[in-house]
Amino acid sequence: MSGAGLDPRTAPKFQVAARVLVGDSQMRKNVRHATKVIQTKRAKVVAEMPDWQKLREAGQAIRQHTLRHLDFYLEQFERNCTAAGGVVHWARNAEEARQIVIGLVKSSGAMGESPTEVIKIKSMTTEEIQLNKALEEAGVHAYETDLAELIIQLGHDQPSHIVVPALHKNRAQIREIFMREMNLPDLGGTPQDLADAARRFLREKFLRVKTAVSGANFLVAETGGVCIVESEGNGRMCLTLPETLISVAGIDKVVPRYQDLEVLLQLLPRSATGERMNPYNSLWTGVDPTQKGGDGPRTFHVVLMDNARSEILADKEARQTLQCIRCGACQNACPVYQQTGGHAYGSVYAGPIGAILTPQLMQMHHAQSLPYASSLCGACYEVCPVKINIPEVLIHLRNKVVKQQSSGFHILANPEVMALKAVAQVFRSDKVFRVSQKLGRLAELPLSHKDGQGVGWIDWLPGMLGGWTQVRDLRVMPKQTFREWFEEREKNKQGANNGR
Amino acid sequence: MDVELIAVGAREDVLRRIRTSIGTPAANAPAIEAEWNTLPREYNRVGSLDREAVLEMLDERLRDYDASVIRIQSGAVAETIAKQLTERGKHRLVIPKGLAEALGEALPAGFEFVVDEGLSTTELDSFEGVVTASTVAIAETGTIVLQNVAGEGRRAPTLVPDYHLCIVRAGDVVENVPEAMTRLAATASLATTFVSGPSATADIEMTRIKGVHGPRFLDVILVT
Repeated sequence: MSGAGLDPRTAPKFQVAARVLVGDSQMRKNVRHATKVIQTKRAKVVAEMPDWQKLREAGQAIRQHTLRHLDFYLEQFERNCTAAGGVVHWARNAEEARQIVIGLVKSSGAMGESPTEVIKIKSMTTEEIQLNKALEEAGVHAYETDLAELIIQLGHDQPSHIVVPALHKNRAQIREIFMREMNLPDLGGTPQDLADAARRFLREKFLRVKTAVSGANFLVAETGGVCIVESEGNGRMCLTLPETLISVAGIDKVVPRYQDLEVLLQLLPRSATGERMNPYNSLWTGVDPTQKGGDGPRTFHVVLMDNARSEILADKEARQTLQCIRCGACQNACPVYQQTGGHAYGSVYAGPIGAILTPQLMQMHHAQSLPYASSLCGACYEVCPVKINIPEVLIHLRNKVVKQQSSGFHILANPEVMALKAVAQVFRSDKVFRVSQKLGRLAELPLSHKDGQGVGWIDWLPGMLGGWTQVRDLRVMPKQTFREWFEEREKNKQGANNGR
Repeated sequence: MDVELIAVGAREDVLRRIRTSIGTPAANAPAIEAEWNTLPREYNRVGSLDREAVLEMLDERLRDYDASVIRIQSGAVAETIAKQLTERGKHRLVIPKGLAEALGEALPAGFEFVVDEGLSTTELDSFEGVVTASTVAIAETGTIVLQNVAGEGRRAPTLVPDYHLCIVRAGDVVENVPEAMTRLAATASLATTFVSGPSATADIEMTRIKGVHGPRFLDVILVT
């Protein structure tokens, strides 16, 4: 990944970014097409499974159980992986994880040589910590080997989807990137031509580069094994051919036992790409003890990274966020994501899962607009293979955001909170309420105009209130409030009675 | 740079934070195991189809993912391998140690079969294809499982050449994923690869394209 990267610390608010992006009709067309295709495929292969709901329940139970005993399973994984010849490292945060990986890469060369290149398997965790940028700054170039990640890297772009990071680009746009970056003026325009170009471009790197960096889909505590699922074979290349393999995994990636994979390996491919099984799953444990001509790398490192996950674990309502197995089904199903695409979320984790995961990874200091990037329709919950109740967590996080912003100094920086506090004052007193209604009717006079039927409308409001009238007109306040009408009627009645 | 010095104390810190966050006192191993045993597993753990239907399903689902399937009776393995390789125009192939024993038949004459004794990556790249046996096949998902055992060998030889001819015995075919994982449990720590059709991608406009980095062609001989 090149460029500044999607960083929730510096990203604009979702609402602001989304406004710009929905103007990109080509992007919207591409995203709409891709999400529709995956959703259709997913629906078909899920319908094939009469026990799908039971699988979801089992998946949820396995993930919840793991989180309840996360310390136990991580230690068990560490023990078994170490016994099989792997080396386990721990990182409190992104910076430590980056430094560990850089250190491992630099010391991975034969005869004291420091490598200047690594090959990489697509990994959300390494995107999360912006590893490629850090490697580059340390003098190591990382070649992304997944086709979509290669498109992103060569196009100096950012990923917009967990599973299909380049889904916002169409074939013509990809062809242009490849023609320019691979220097192929005669490149054809079919997806097959483009995939062939990637095969030729990367083949030489697979055969030459001796150090690989990956993420991990599952760490199996019982065996100390690691599982990576993929489609193209680039993953297998990186896991098998180099001499050193470094896998970076969030501490949430552990599963208790080998048998648990029988559930997760059914849920993940059908949810992620709508396939009964993705073309390749690799499972390995430590290193092959055979010295020469062994199977796979001679040195294997796992970096277990916390990076705020242990803090998410402390929040009982939001803990379920960590059940996620990164299938991206919620993104495809989300009516908001379908319109804005992934970049509006200002984070490598876009869509509904990003809306709950990103602010929590930022310990609620950044990305506070993301819990509002949802209509709470529940489509994400319905497709989630491990039954994360995303709408519930969204509301919980909105609550946290409001609490945080309505306390201390934050209030001064937040006109919405100030306004609501003022409204609360108005509602507290009958007198103030009446006066403000009268004032309101006066204030709206210069803004209102009448339609053909003589009904008053306001189509423009100043300042922050303008958010309302940007997409709809507002009826003017009635000439009389209900209370005024009622009081007048009572008065008239009395007057009539007195007059009788 | 000494990697050991980068995150000193991180392990203890992370574990301590996790324990504080979980909030409940740490459970012991038997209690955790007991809890694991009570997790709901009401999904289909064993299949319900008869033998022939299972084989039919594997055949259909492999084809669905662009593999080709040849069904034969035992005893005809060598001649079918010869026929298939001739059809594909492949002459120089890498094979794992112990393949003939695993197949129960000698390999056909007229081809150059080179046994992988730790060939380098560049050497592997010079072969036209690879021939292996398999450990388990899963009908429901159209998957073939390879492990680092005699007849299947290391992972690299089934990855680098462009063509993979894989022999599956009917007795190794199971209906669903849980049945396969049960069979694999005893050898869980061996390097294992699940192969479901040839290498593919849908990264461009969600169009499935066959063959990116792994073998672009996968033929399966299913032996009853």
